[in-house]
Amino acid sequence: MSVRKPLPRWADLILIPALNLILAFLVSGLVVLMIGENPLEAVQILLFGAFGYGEGIGYTLHFATNFVFAGLAFAIASHAGQFNIGAEGQAYIAGLGAILVALFLDQTHWLLVMPLAMLAAAAIGGFWGFVPGYLAAKRGSHVVITTIMFNFIAAAIMVYLLNNVLKQPDNMAPESASVVNAGKMPQLREFWDFFGFAPVNVMLFVAIAALIFTYVLLWRTGLGYKIRTLGKNPDAAHYAGISNSAVVMISMTIAGAMASMIALNEVLGVQGRLVLDFVFGYGFVGIAVGLMGRNHPIGIGLSAILFGALYQGGQELAFMMPAVTREMIVVIQALVILFTGAMEGLFRGPLETLFGLVELNRSSAGRDVQEKPDDRGTGVASYAKSKE
Amino acid sequence: MEFFNASIFLLDSSVRLTVPLLLACLAGLYSERAGIFDIGLEGKMLAGAFAAATVAALTGSALYGLAAGIGVSIIFSLIHGVASITFRGNQIISGVAINFLAAGLTTLLGQTWFRQGGRTPALAGDARFNGIELPFAAELAGIPIIGPIYSELISGHNILVYVAFAAVPLTYYILFHTRFGLRLRASGENPKAVDTAGINVNLMRFKAVLITGVLCGIAGAYLATAQSAGFGNNMTAGKGFIALAALIFAKWMPIRALFATLLFGFLDALQIRLQGVELPMIGEVPVQLIQALPYVLTVVLLAGFIGKAVGPKAGGIPYVKER
Repeated sequence: MSVRKPLPRWADLILIPALNLILAFLVSGLVVLMIGENPLEAVQILLFGAFGYGEGIGYTLHFATNFVFAGLAFAIASHAGQFNIGAEGQAYIAGLGAILVALFLDQTHWLLVMPLAMLAAAAIGGFWGFVPGYLAAKRGSHVVITTIMFNFIAAAIMVYLLNNVLKQPDNMAPESASVVNAGKMPQLREFWDFFGFAPVNVMLFVAIAALIFTYVLLWRTGLGYKIRTLGKNPDAAHYAGISNSAVVMISMTIAGAMASMIALNEVLGVQGRLVLDFVFGYGFVGIAVGLMGRNHPIGIGLSAILFGALYQGGQELAFMMPAVTREMIVVIQALVILFTGAMEGLFRGPLETLFGLVELNRSSAGRDVQEKPDDRGTGVASYAKSKE
Repeated sequence: MEFFNASIFLLDSSVRLTVPLLLACLAGLYSERAGIFDIGLEGKMLAGAFAAATVAALTGSALYGLAAGIGVSIIFSLIHGVASITFRGNQIISGVAINFLAAGLTTLLGQTWFRQGGRTPALAGDARFNGIELPFAAELAGIPIIGPIYSELISGHNILVYVAFAAVPLTYYILFHTRFGLRLRASGENPKAVDTAGINVNLMRFKAVLITGVLCGIAGAYLATAQSAGFGNNMTAGKGFIALAALIFAKWMPIRALFATLLFGFLDALQIRLQGVELPMIGEVPVQLIQALPYVLTVVLLAGFIGKAVGPKAGGIPYVKER
């Protein structure tokens, strides 16, 4: 006999991620201990670096901006049942669109540059998401493998273009020309010197808008309904008359376009020119952000700030505690992905048993055990559920 | 003759570059054939390379290094196993985590222990796997055509090269001519049937993942203690993913895996050879094009434009025993 019960909503949404996160941080603490530093002191430095002063907050928000886009790129595809681990490549190649528009319109006004650069980046990044989507939908390719391959193909193309096409003759480094005027995204520090030298810029507001956009798209539009139905049950979606292949392609394209916004934040917000590897792994972190945030915009916003704080605080940590190098962030990230994503079932089983026992005690003290319908349901049942 | 010597040289370096790909590809083969996707080959190789280089540097013995590399790689593959088999977690997510974990830990610990920017101390002598002269290599070298082929191409590699190539027929035999292999493949195709026959599917999958760990560990040790003289930051540089591409290219078959990895190894050698070289008529070949070729070919193949690659049916799905 099994006393397991499906977990209540609050436990599923808050308790489990919290427990997993705590475990990830505990193991990270052990790693810090292992390299001979004090974990508590490290946490203190990390928190102060991330939130303790204006510039730190500015950097935290700047990194969080990237992670919102990366997280959404993962989440939107996820809702359609697609595993997009190509945000890295989608953002990288989109940098091309952003820098070309910005260089071309550098002598105009940022209000003109920004929307056009966003469009150009989104078009290229979206295309880089569309093709794996198309291959998955029409040719039956595995989206995971195709997006991995596309990350590498994007990297090869960018190395070639930066070395052979975009490189300036008077510059030894493989970089494009720099934007100097309107091509740069307005920095928040220009209006509010609280942020010190932090590169947080108007893309922060675009990120907030993207979160709201995603919420409306997924839960308040017909397309969003189709996307979620496909992700929950492809058969039900098919019988409901939804074109699964079209939805896959559309959601992968939107995901790619979301990832491409990282290019604006980094290329036009920080560097002012196209450089090698400007995406710097942000795309991959999006997987963790999406997982942590349960693929919901509110969750993604919160976990983007968490990861933004980890990045900024981690840099501070590397500076203050030289033994803890920047790679510590990568380790923490990995542990967060491992425990909140892959080992998600670690606490679920025991908790389900625990909740089941509590329930059993309560009901045996009172009246009969009420049979709860199986949550998994059949295709039709879950189809009806998502229609609600 | 000039051309012949150049070709031998190119093929020789192809062989050297093929070895880590081949080992990782076979590693992935066992895991995926048993129904466990593994995009963490890269991470396991990297962790194995770091452990091998570290222990080889400390003990001065390449063999101890190899053992450490295999051991650490097994630990990583067991993490993958626990996450994806025991807790039925998402295999892709677990693989991503393992790649990150290996990338972060190797550099962090390398910097802590050796303070050389993440590199391990340079290895020399017995701390590395050195080339082995096959019998009569020197005597036969003088014979035209056959001589150079035998003494340059076949002889003179380190032991791990021969291990890698021997692993191909061995894998073929294990998978297709033993009971263990049949059960392993069945776990990836139809786990329910395996379960019905009274065999523990999860245990089978753990065994497969274990073999994956061993092979990735050897691949890592090869990179750090045979091909190079020590560990460098992120020294796998995407080889784990090329191996994954080769696995798909080989349609999950061991003999084809050999040819797929030889092709990708050759492309890698060619790309190194062609860097900055002006070819008549064509001009300078963009090396990035050759670098991207394995990935492009895999995408094209996976999309069914040239043949069709279909993986094990139950791949990626955790097995839930009916109660």
